Amino acid sequence: MDDHAPLESTGIEEPLDLVRLSLDERIYVKLRGDRELRGRLHAYDGHLNMVLGDVEETITVVDVNEETMEEVIRIVKRNCEMLFVRGDGVILVSPPSRA
Amino acid sequence: MLFYSFFKTLVGQPVTVELKNDLAITGVLVSVDQFLNIKLDNIKVVDEERYPHMLAVKNCFIRGSVVRYVQLPAPSVDMALLQDAARRERQQPAAGGRK
Repeated sequence: MDDHAPLESTGIEEPLDLVRLSLDERIYVKLRGDRELRGRLHAYDGHLNMVLGDVEETITVVDVNEETMEEVIRIVKRNCEMLFVRGDGVILVSPPSRA
Repeated sequence: MLFYSFFKTLVGQPVTVELKNDLAITGVLVSVDQFLNIKLDNIKVVDEERYPHMLAVKNCFIRGSVVRYVQLPAPSVDMALLQDAARRERQQPAAGGRK
């Protein structure tokens, strides 16, 4: 207990320590395949496998109109109460913008 | 090891595994291993209209590396315990050896 309390406030030695500080906070995760997640970080490991709670997933789909060849960007949103995310799809992790 | 242990606690629970090829399979979690390979029983493909190939399949083994997400039953997840475990795993990586 007391062995990790002081380290938590000061010890930022490696990039993953920044992720540790986001535990129990809402984070933004950018994933391969034009996917984004926003949710509360409950757990992670060195591969950036994660468990997120109250997740909103945003998928950006580009549809090409056959006739006009116009690109139509469509945004699909999904929600999930509890989600395990495999780390190999993760591009970046960040606290969500306050906006 | 964190997520391996975590998934072991969910054995017997219904989960939905979404694969990197967008196929989503719901089933009862039978077992997990260190690679987060997953065995499911009583499976059902979420969008059977689009993926009719597996209608006759009742159980399956999923290679961990093709998993994108696992949707979990939120009430069976102890978030406080998970967060503690995630903090601890960072603190003492030597205990299990960092891979």
